[in-house]
Amino acid sequence: MSTVAVPAPGEGWRKLDKRTLLVTAAVMSGVACGAGVPTVIGLAGGMGLGRALAWVLPPALLLIAGGTGADYIRWRRTRYRTGPDRAELHTGLFLVKRRSLGRERIRTVDLTANLLLRILGLVKVRIGTGEQTGGESTLELDPVTRAEGERLRTELLDRTPSDAADGAHRDGMLASLDPRWIRYAPLSFVAPLLGGAAAGGVMQVGEWFGVQHEVLVWIGDRFRGTSIVVMIVVLLAAALLAGVVGSLGLWVEMWWNYRLEREPGGTLRVRRGLFTSRSVSIEERRLRGVELVEPLGVRLVGAARVDAVATGIAQDDDDKHTDLKTLLPAAPRALADEVAARVLRETTSPTSTARLTPHPLAARGRRLRWAVGSALVPVLVLVVLGLLVTDVLLPIAAGCAVVLVPIAVALALDAYRNLGHGLSGGYLVARSGTVRRSTVVLQRGGVVGWTVKQSYFQRRAGLVTLTATTAAGEGGYHVYDVGAGEGVAFAAEAVPGLLEPFLEE
Amino acid sequence: MSQGEERRLRPPNNTLNERAVAWWRAQWLLLTLAPVAVLAVLGALIAPARTWLLVPAAVLAVLGLACTVFMPMWWFRVHRWEVTDEAVYVRTGYFWQEWRIAPMSRIQTVDTVRGPLEQLFKLSTVIVTTASSKGAVRIEGLGHELAAELAERLTHITQATPGDAT
Repeated sequence: MSTVAVPAPGEGWRKLDKRTLLVTAAVMSGVACGAGVPTVIGLAGGMGLGRALAWVLPPALLLIAGGTGADYIRWRRTRYRTGPDRAELHTGLFLVKRRSLGRERIRTVDLTANLLLRILGLVKVRIGTGEQTGGESTLELDPVTRAEGERLRTELLDRTPSDAADGAHRDGMLASLDPRWIRYAPLSFVAPLLGGAAAGGVMQVGEWFGVQHEVLVWIGDRFRGTSIVVMIVVLLAAALLAGVVGSLGLWVEMWWNYRLEREPGGTLRVRRGLFTSRSVSIEERRLRGVELVEPLGVRLVGAARVDAVATGIAQDDDDKHTDLKTLLPAAPRALADEVAARVLRETTSPTSTARLTPHPLAARGRRLRWAVGSALVPVLVLVVLGLLVTDVLLPIAAGCAVVLVPIAVALALDAYRNLGHGLSGGYLVARSGTVRRSTVVLQRGGVVGWTVKQSYFQRRAGLVTLTATTAAGEGGYHVYDVGAGEGVAFAAEAVPGLLEPFLEE
Repeated sequence: MSQGEERRLRPPNNTLNERAVAWWRAQWLLLTLAPVAVLAVLGALIAPARTWLLVPAAVLAVLGLACTVFMPMWWFRVHRWEVTDEAVYVRTGYFWQEWRIAPMSRIQTVDTVRGPLEQLFKLSTVIVTTASSKGAVRIEGLGHELAAELAERLTHITQATPGDAT
């Protein structure tokens, strides 16, 4: 992030779109309604509708006027321009922020538009650099017209098509939505979370209106005459159903109209979204590899998601959870491999062709010990409590042991099976994880250093954990519990010349 | 990949400045003194709980002093560093041993930091960062002159390298 002194008073300053006032007014009205209507209803019971309105309306109007006024000032005081070398943004009332990014440092230009912005034909533009310093290095233009957003995107990311265009790999569409992929949506971890959130939401709303107790009694009435087990099962099923419906809805909102394209000049572009439309551009020069992510449920049905490993993907986003780095939502594994290959401009994806070297058996022992150990902790707690407090807990402890230990062992064995590393052409490939299996494919040229870690126990087992540090993605990708000699040899081979001076035979 | 002979990373060539031992001892001493002093003062003031406060204070003091005496000597042996024309190479730790290697061509910044206690012992920490958020290499406990010289040398080499090191 570099700030310049007062720039030469020049041409080309633009303002944000004036309709931002409309958007703010609408949002503020929404907030005012959301807070005001329940308040009016609440007060009307005590003092009559007229007086309640008299109490609530003025503050509501003040809120709307104030918010819009503040936004007007922001609009007046904000201007931006894109010159031949820099993109600049001036904003702020008392503390004038002048932010300027070198054109050659701009890596991403992302456009998002929620429903309100879309109706007005506006978009929010986020211009980012390759730095991982958070919000300091992004310019946000909120909002400009859609055409202006597109203009900025193409202008700022336009670079002379260089060696990137090697003919053999097509531009244009790399992948587009297949509605059948929706069947993978409920398999992610979102479904149970949403189910829990729905149950919590019901209780919360109940509490707002002071009828939480009534809700509980009503639920109790439904199950009069049935056993408590049936009640728990039915309630869990209901929550899960809500979660499934929610995850389907979320999937549709996020992935509707999904398209992954390669644009001339070497930019990958993901467009998606039903209500809020998003456009994420990743310069291929910034791409250091891809990551094939398979959460357990999705993996069991043979599907996988593809994430980009690139530098400078904005991480300080409002919709942090809608992963900007995702190139392909959960889709059949073969397609995921194919898309990975297309993204990397390879004929076959290293994720499918790389011959991964399995890790030593000692790694399996470590996983088994961790898994069984962590499964036994709750059992032990229950046993101790059972001995000290009440015998009832002892059978529960036994039940826990019977259920948890086999699951833990199965997960540990799977985790060991999934460990692997290898080299495939210009890429190094590392796989690990069981609940979230990840296969990362990293350009060997993108590795900016190695970290080798060895705990005391790893040393006794002859294992090390390698970390390939990189400017992209998470900053470092691990090869867990690889044999010490094999790991060092692998690291040395992956990045020729770096480790050799420090090796002893 | 060569399976026959076990390839290993050799220890880096250089040890830290000898004053680092004294610096670590001072850190341990402060770390020990703070809780021991609190416990001892409370023990002196609160008569009924005296044993319950003074016994832990004594235990902490013994443990802390043992660490003060022995740990730094040990650390001095395991912390090593080396800078060649191609890379920065550092080894730290014993129970969690860690080797970090950053190639010269990927170094982005070279910082020299001196904490208050480090100042007292005329020591510096050199922090070498790469474009990775996880790739920083720290060399703690170098003498002032050596650290300055090293930082200058590193800056010089990295400036000569083209590209943005990502």
